Amino acid sequence: MTNSNTGQVAAQPEGMQSIVADWSSDQRAFKNVSWGKAMMWIFLLSDTFIFSCFLLSYMTVRMSTTIPWPNSSEIFALSFGGEPIPLILIAIMTFILITSSGTMVLAVNYGYRKDRAKTAILLLITAAFGASFVGMQVFEWTKLIVEEGVRPWFNPFGAPQFGSTFFMITGFHGFHVSVGVIFLIIIARKVWRGDFDKGTRGFFTSRQGRYEIVETMGLYWHFVDLVWVFIFAFFYLW
Amino acid sequence: MAHAEAHAEGQQHPLGIYIQVWVLLFVLSTFSYLVDYYHFEGYLRWTLILLFMVLKAGLIIAVFMHMLWERLALVYAIALPTIALMVFIFLMTHEADNTFLSRGIYFLGLGGS
Repeated sequence: MTNSNTGQVAAQPEGMQSIVADWSSDQRAFKNVSWGKAMMWIFLLSDTFIFSCFLLSYMTVRMSTTIPWPNSSEIFALSFGGEPIPLILIAIMTFILITSSGTMVLAVNYGYRKDRAKTAILLLITAAFGASFVGMQVFEWTKLIVEEGVRPWFNPFGAPQFGSTFFMITGFHGFHVSVGVIFLIIIARKVWRGDFDKGTRGFFTSRQGRYEIVETMGLYWHFVDLVWVFIFAFFYLW
Repeated sequence: MAHAEAHAEGQQHPLGIYIQVWVLLFVLSTFSYLVDYYHFEGYLRWTLILLFMVLKAGLIIAVFMHMLWERLALVYAIALPTIALMVFIFLMTHEADNTFLSRGIYFLGLGGS
């Protein structure tokens, strides 16, 4: 709200009143959030519904099957020469994804400080962690498909729905990670070249980019980590 | 719009809070792995798994995704639609129970007659 006489800005309301004020202001509902960031959030919300539908269908088939569900703790165990350690590969993948979330958040921070080199390097480290996550997933899938003979319609451990939900959920998540890695590399290249300092126009959009894109990219990357938290809890630990 | 311009450069926060949350996420992940490692069973297992899951998800959304510092108009626009998911979960647990019972009765012949 601007006072027309003085041009001074009145204080914006806080709390529940701020919601009413923002949404009824006839301009833009999301103050101090750019359209790019708002759209990323709305995309993430729609993605939340997609992943929730997968996890819900997994819950439904698991609750309704009369055949015992396979023990994921044993299936995903891995032995390094000795006794098999339960779920160890999944635990390592979880730690890798959390580490990459940390480097991503640092990249966002250094991006806003316009520290070109640090931002680009941190983005590339994040991409490298993401790529190693996908690599481990490929290893896990290969082991299950080739050695154990798990198929979407059959598996030797128990309820056949295990295969279909496993490939669907982890496959879709792995696809998200792969896309994230590609975009991380693209944005790291832009940061490295100094596109956001010089105001270079984008190849696709012909618009001048800003360091905010690193934060928007970060939102996507943290969301991928967030989805893994739920997959880890519901699919692997349950 | 001085207020908006002050935030035009986006979310800038001290590195300390990120590092703290980062460490906390590692600790929570280790805990949830140990739940499986030490073979906790039953309600204790479910409670611990869900507790660590919610804490991790909350920390990621609040700090890493900056929801803690966004205006409520955005927070509620993203958070409220997920209530629909709770309804969906409620519906599907009942549906799954029904399917399970029907399978017990008609496929395994547990229902008598």
